[in-house]
Amino acid sequence: MDTKRADTVAAPGRFPLRELLLFAAVLVAVLGVYAAMGPAYSTRMLVEASCYAILALGLTIQWGYAGQFNAGVMGFVALGGFCAMFFSIPVNEAFWESELPGELGLVLFYMVAAALVVFGATRLDRLGVPKKLRTLIAVVLGVVLYLVVINTFRGVADQIESRAGFIGGLGLPVGVGWIVGGALAGGVGYFIGRVCLGLRSDYLAIATLGIAEIIKAFLKNSDWLTRGTATVSPLPWPVPGPAEVGFTLARALYLSVTAVMIAVIFFLLSRAYHAPWGRMIRAIRDNEISAAAMGKDINKRRLEIFVLGCILMGIGGAALASFNSMFDPQGYLPLNHTFLVLVMVILGGPGNNLGTIFGAVAVYIIWIMSEPLALFLMELAVTFGEGAFGWDAPTNLDSRALQARVFVIGLLITLVLRYAPKGMLPEKVRHHG
Amino acid sequence: MPLLDARDVHGGYGGMNILNGVDMAIEADEIGVIVGPNGAGKSTMLKAIFGLLHVSQGEILLRGEPIHNLAPNKLVQKGMGFVPQEKNVFPSLTVKENLEMGAFLKPGNVKRMLKQVYDFFPPLHDKRHQPAGELSGGQRQMVAMGRALMAEPSLLLLDEPTAGLSPLYMNEIFEQVKLVNSAGVGILMVEQNAKQALAIADRGFVLAAGQNRFTDSGAALLADPEVAKSFLGG
Amino acid sequence: MNELVFFINNVVIAGSVSGSIYAIGAVGVTLIFSIMRFAHFAHGDMMTFGAFMVLLLTTAFPGAGAAFGVPSALVLLPLAMALTALLAVGIDKAFYKPLRAHGVKPIVLVIGSLGVTLMLQGLIRLFAGTSGQSLYIDDRKEIFRLALPFEGVRAPVVVTEPQLYLFVITLVAVVGLHLFLSRSRLGKAMRAMSDNPDLAQASGINTNTIVAVTWVIAGGLAAIAGTLLSLDVTFKPDLSFFLLLPIFAAAIVGGVGHPYGAVAGGFVVGFAETLAVFNWSVLLRPFRDSLPEWLTQSGNLAFVGTEYKIVVPFFILVVILVWRPTGIFKGKVI
Repeated sequence: MDTKRADTVAAPGRFPLRELLLFAAVLVAVLGVYAAMGPAYSTRMLVEASCYAILALGLTIQWGYAGQFNAGVMGFVALGGFCAMFFSIPVNEAFWESELPGELGLVLFYMVAAALVVFGATRLDRLGVPKKLRTLIAVVLGVVLYLVVINTFRGVADQIESRAGFIGGLGLPVGVGWIVGGALAGGVGYFIGRVCLGLRSDYLAIATLGIAEIIKAFLKNSDWLTRGTATVSPLPWPVPGPAEVGFTLARALYLSVTAVMIAVIFFLLSRAYHAPWGRMIRAIRDNEISAAAMGKDINKRRLEIFVLGCILMGIGGAALASFNSMFDPQGYLPLNHTFLVLVMVILGGPGNNLGTIFGAVAVYIIWIMSEPLALFLMELAVTFGEGAFGWDAPTNLDSRALQARVFVIGLLITLVLRYAPKGMLPEKVRHHG
Repeated sequence: MPLLDARDVHGGYGGMNILNGVDMAIEADEIGVIVGPNGAGKSTMLKAIFGLLHVSQGEILLRGEPIHNLAPNKLVQKGMGFVPQEKNVFPSLTVKENLEMGAFLKPGNVKRMLKQVYDFFPPLHDKRHQPAGELSGGQRQMVAMGRALMAEPSLLLLDEPTAGLSPLYMNEIFEQVKLVNSAGVGILMVEQNAKQALAIADRGFVLAAGQNRFTDSGAALLADPEVAKSFLGG
Repeated sequence: MNELVFFINNVVIAGSVSGSIYAIGAVGVTLIFSIMRFAHFAHGDMMTFGAFMVLLLTTAFPGAGAAFGVPSALVLLPLAMALTALLAVGIDKAFYKPLRAHGVKPIVLVIGSLGVTLMLQGLIRLFAGTSGQSLYIDDRKEIFRLALPFEGVRAPVVVTEPQLYLFVITLVAVVGLHLFLSRSRLGKAMRAMSDNPDLAQASGINTNTIVAVTWVIAGGLAAIAGTLLSLDVTFKPDLSFFLLLPIFAAAIVGGVGHPYGAVAGGFVVGFAETLAVFNWSVLLRPFRDSLPEWLTQSGNLAFVGTEYKIVVPFFILVVILVWRPTGIFKGKVI
């Protein structure tokens, strides 16, 4: 009890001048964008920024609270987006009225059954089968059953594609998809976490990088499930859409939903932060060895943190996809959905929720505004080049100008790491007695 | 002029001082031994001399030249060798390669010094193509000392060379230390086996709480009843 | 027998090609890891940079190879290697060294290397555009068709000129690296530093020199891998970013910090990939009549489609992390 009281009393001891100044600066920037680009555009930017803030909160608890680096935010965002799409779009009658759902169900049943058989084979040694033989049986069985099931599955998937297009959605309320999206992302996070936690954090970075590409490859190529590159749109909104109340108001309503979500997440996180659980997490982060010596189960706590972060990324990704009203698996890019979030977190202040939200909004404004700015600068350079030395500019200048943003993001990451490793709003490491 | 002359050395890790004014001097052909209770700063003193620890106050002179807070590789060039207590070999390198690394700054010496080290430690010659990680503890200690000798140091720092060794090996290591010393290498070592170590010491330094408690010749310290009572276990 | 030729073309040759590329890449990654203790995420883009340098040089001197009878790209490769090595050393000085000097955790260096990845990617795309370009500018890509001396074999074994160069250069690079690490003074010092950096310093080894040498080797090897890959297919700015996962998988399979393991790991991953996307029903075709119908009726018996090739290195990675995180050759640091 004593430590807790000291903790909560110590927190508001200082006047939050830095926080106020930074958020005032963001406010000025937002007002500037409103003045320059009009309310509809600016509100859209704010909604997207708020979705990114949820992603950034997910990453900040992984990286800032627990020192786990997730290099595959994109994958969890895409999973969330997929769930938002799958649960909310209308039911595809062409699919459900055919015999295809039954066949698909059967294949899924085969998959489960095959998995159980192989799992059973790995337990054969308990029946007295020698271990080497057991491994051989399990591997051969796994390979053969996998080939059989995957072939049946490919057949059914082709059937679905040719006869019904894709399996369509479930026509459920938008919120269901968001929650399931969070759960699915958390489930994948659990799997990755189980494999990698306890090893050096480099391995987690490599594995998350891989799983993100795999999730994207799956969503892109599973036409029967997601229509692949053909994309799915429109996705319904949880609030009245632009067709009913106009762009600005609809987007403002959407913004209120995401803002409430951020507020709830923020509140829950700071509650957890000051609860015994949060203290334990901080103890592990600040001194892993002594925390282990005190008998804390470090890997379990780490797994909890990692899964929690992935859940937030799934929810944020779902909100983002619903808002864009389109599910396009190819639109998920490491730059936009992993590295941008990373910059938000390390610039804002890893482990500091307020700093992370500041970082998310500030970086997103810069990011959005940098596109017209980069094009403008490029054009300026071309005009100057043509005038001064008769330079013949390359034709695909626009796409090249956007590549400059890739460079800037990279430069930003390295500079922040070097000169402001704790971000604009540093997380205070308190020492607990 | 003494080979090593440390005066009023203060230093520690992260603002916490462990050394609170240590004096230590040995001549070129002497064996100096540092003993004392756990936490007295014995190994810390050795690290301070070898530039692995920031010296905040005081000075350390090697043949009259100030050397405190120089980088270890500079000290190797100036003729100092250091054998850490743990992790003192390159486990995946062969014995011969370990020794060659000792002469990294003096590649011209390798042939001559290899022969000399094999003369000091005959078992190493037989195992020269074996990875050092596969050797026994005593042989590993020989590799570690041999590696340090390859650079022809005038002063060799040994951090608890007999830690974890069986008594048989322990005697062997002490014999080899004497042998190396008689070849003209000054030695400064930290030892837990205080009696045996002081028996071969020209100079003994008893440290406690980061300061000199007793400083005298090895024999005199062994004979001092107060030292015996407090530090040598009666 | 045609099926056998098909197998040779699609598995043996294709696997050796990707295996060689992964091996050269993984050696660089594993050396960097063993000296600086972090997973270097910018390695893929260092490979691209090397290939890009070759592209620039070949565009500038398209006739350079004619005098030697080899593609100009190969003649200019050593120059590109030197430039890439220079870039690697420069990147280390500018970005990684300050972080190391601050004593940051290795994972911060990983993030820093991601920043470097983006910078390289941005620069390369800014100057090279995003489309593919051939490194064969004035030269012609030779394709060798070797007919097998058996009756009834119509399909030839197909090897392209860059593939042959790839095999030769991989062999030379691996042997050269072996000699460097086991014979030369600097190579041994590199192994020593990988074993025990503190003791290396205490032995008088200048660790800054070793770090620089590591970058030179890693950069040079990256340029080789990137160039040979681009010769085999085409130069694309995002080509090697997708190689990152297989290369890391190869390094981990071989045991991190273990250069020979990385070579083996590279071929393990390369062959695993080609075996997984190979359509096994082709090999069953000659025995069509004696096999059960359910096995032969399907035209496609590949484990994964080519679009899911990236699953293979990931699967290998997960298996090795679960089963034996030190890798098959027992790497040292986990």
